[in-house]
Amino acid sequence: MFIFRLILKNALRHKLRTFLTILGICIAVTAFGFLRTIVTAWSAGVEMSSVTRMITRHKVSFIMPLPKSYREKIQTIADVDQVTYANWFGGLYKDPNDWKNFFPRMAVDPETYFDIYPEFVLSEKELADFRKERNACIVGTKIAKEHGFKIGDIVSMDGDIYPGKWDFVVRGIYKGKDETWDETQMLFQWDYLNERITQQQPTRQGNVGWYVLRVKDQNAMPAVAREVDELFSNSRAGTKTETEKEFQQSFVSMSSAIITSLEAISYIIIGIILLILANTIAMAARERTREYAVLKTLGFSSVHIVGLIAGESLLLACLGGALGLVLTFPISAGFAKLFPTFFPIFNVEDITIILAVSVALLAGIIAATFPTSATLRTKIADGLRQIG
Amino acid sequence: MAGNGFVQVDKVSKSYQRDAIKVEVLTNISLTVPEGEFLALMGPSGSGKTTLLNLIAGIDRPDQGSVVVNKVDIDGLGESALAKWRANNVGFIFQFYNLMPVLTAYENVELPLLLTRLSKKEKMEHVETALKLVGLADRIHHYPRQLSGGQEQRVAIARALVTDPALIVADEPTGDLDKVSAEEIMTLLERLNKEFKKTIVMVTHDPRAAEKAHKVMHLDKGELTKG
Repeated sequence: MFIFRLILKNALRHKLRTFLTILGICIAVTAFGFLRTIVTAWSAGVEMSSVTRMITRHKVSFIMPLPKSYREKIQTIADVDQVTYANWFGGLYKDPNDWKNFFPRMAVDPETYFDIYPEFVLSEKELADFRKERNACIVGTKIAKEHGFKIGDIVSMDGDIYPGKWDFVVRGIYKGKDETWDETQMLFQWDYLNERITQQQPTRQGNVGWYVLRVKDQNAMPAVAREVDELFSNSRAGTKTETEKEFQQSFVSMSSAIITSLEAISYIIIGIILLILANTIAMAARERTREYAVLKTLGFSSVHIVGLIAGESLLLACLGGALGLVLTFPISAGFAKLFPTFFPIFNVEDITIILAVSVALLAGIIAATFPTSATLRTKIADGLRQIG
Repeated sequence: MAGNGFVQVDKVSKSYQRDAIKVEVLTNISLTVPEGEFLALMGPSGSGKTTLLNLIAGIDRPDQGSVVVNKVDIDGLGESALAKWRANNVGFIFQFYNLMPVLTAYENVELPLLLTRLSKKEKMEHVETALKLVGLADRIHHYPRQLSGGQEQRVAIARALVTDPALIVADEPTGDLDKVSAEEIMTLLERLNKEFKKTIVMVTHDPRAAEKAHKVMHLDKGELTKG
């Protein structure tokens, strides 16, 4: 009890120094937590991948189309349970330079897409309305909230990949099955896209962006991938089939340099936390050399001295760490609000909390190591001679 | 052996390494302090007075020779046992008081008792008695910065005697005090010796302080002579 009281009193001896140290740790932990959240948000798509879904795309590039006629052939493969397709639309909504106006817009097969993606949660009525109106669309809760979309609203946008003015009627607002599901997408009927393209650019009609396969047995995935790709190996558009996780991973790996940089910066921040704390604790321990010598003279053991120095270090680290962690949440929420579609899933993950707490505790322990060791090595007689 | 005293220092030598230079501080020193003695050690700066005091108090170890206090060869004790021995047997008074600045007078005096198994109530009684004895019962919740030098030294004396040690070592207890305060402190030490039968070994430069001791010894160039 006395040790705790003395730790607290020692920590409050130089209030400004203590405050600045805690503030330094707090800012560093916030930055660490925020950067880790960005890193986890970047790979959120990989994490939410289904273990029974596979993607078949053009073997040259994701942006090259595949004939819609492939669907029937893929469906004949024994282990394929169901096949759907989708097509990236793009488009420009309002001011394209505003991040808020950028959200994924895709043409999908209204009859099968939601069977394969049960993560989109919407009412039966909404789904039925969507299926029966050619230019109907479904939007995610987040973008509906962001742009004030309501059922029946007309959403107009200019096409870029598919030129022209496009009008969509909102017939459903979906929710994700849980917080890990992206609620910023807009989905509309592939037929609407195909009909317009057939009129305007007939050579582009009848194509889809990629196929989504649901397999019956997860273990059959390698065989399915092989069979699908062999099926179209001599076609004008060869395919590449992979698991949904691998497909998502390929997107993440395109940004691997950025992610690696962010990870490196987050580790540098750990070093900064350590230096801030180590500096304070080393200064404090040096100033109190004589006091520690007096305690040792009075019979206090090395354990008491270690407790005093490490305790103060841990106290500052924990306070700074806790404050930093608490701040990470509103800052991350603010960032997510500012760029709602840039990172559709932007949550402070449990692993980030665990890492931030561990980093603070580790910094507290390491920062105390050298001052403690130096204090224990100092002979009482030498310590008593020290002028603080 | 120098005799059967309460403190027996026998053929003790001590040197320090200062960078590349080895400084011989004490060479073959022997000293006997009987129980209940009030001994003053005098000598010029650097003569080894404080080093000898540190050896007697068990906060330093001799290179050669032995130090026996109350029949305990303290050189034979390990670090932990020596720390316990100091806590139970020796009261320390320093020139610059060495109080913990963040603790009140009460908490400073209580410090040595935290290593005992006394109950909270017993600790409180001991602390209050010790502070009353040094005349500071009304300054119990004052911090060192709120006390005068003389008062701080009295708190230090209360801390030294709160565990009722048989031996009190004082290193220049009046060195940082004015004449009046120094006189008060010496009267207090004299009282501890006479009334409470404490064996006191005191290092001092002050001849007036030394006058209060039963015996004065001079240490110069490693040689100990009776004053």
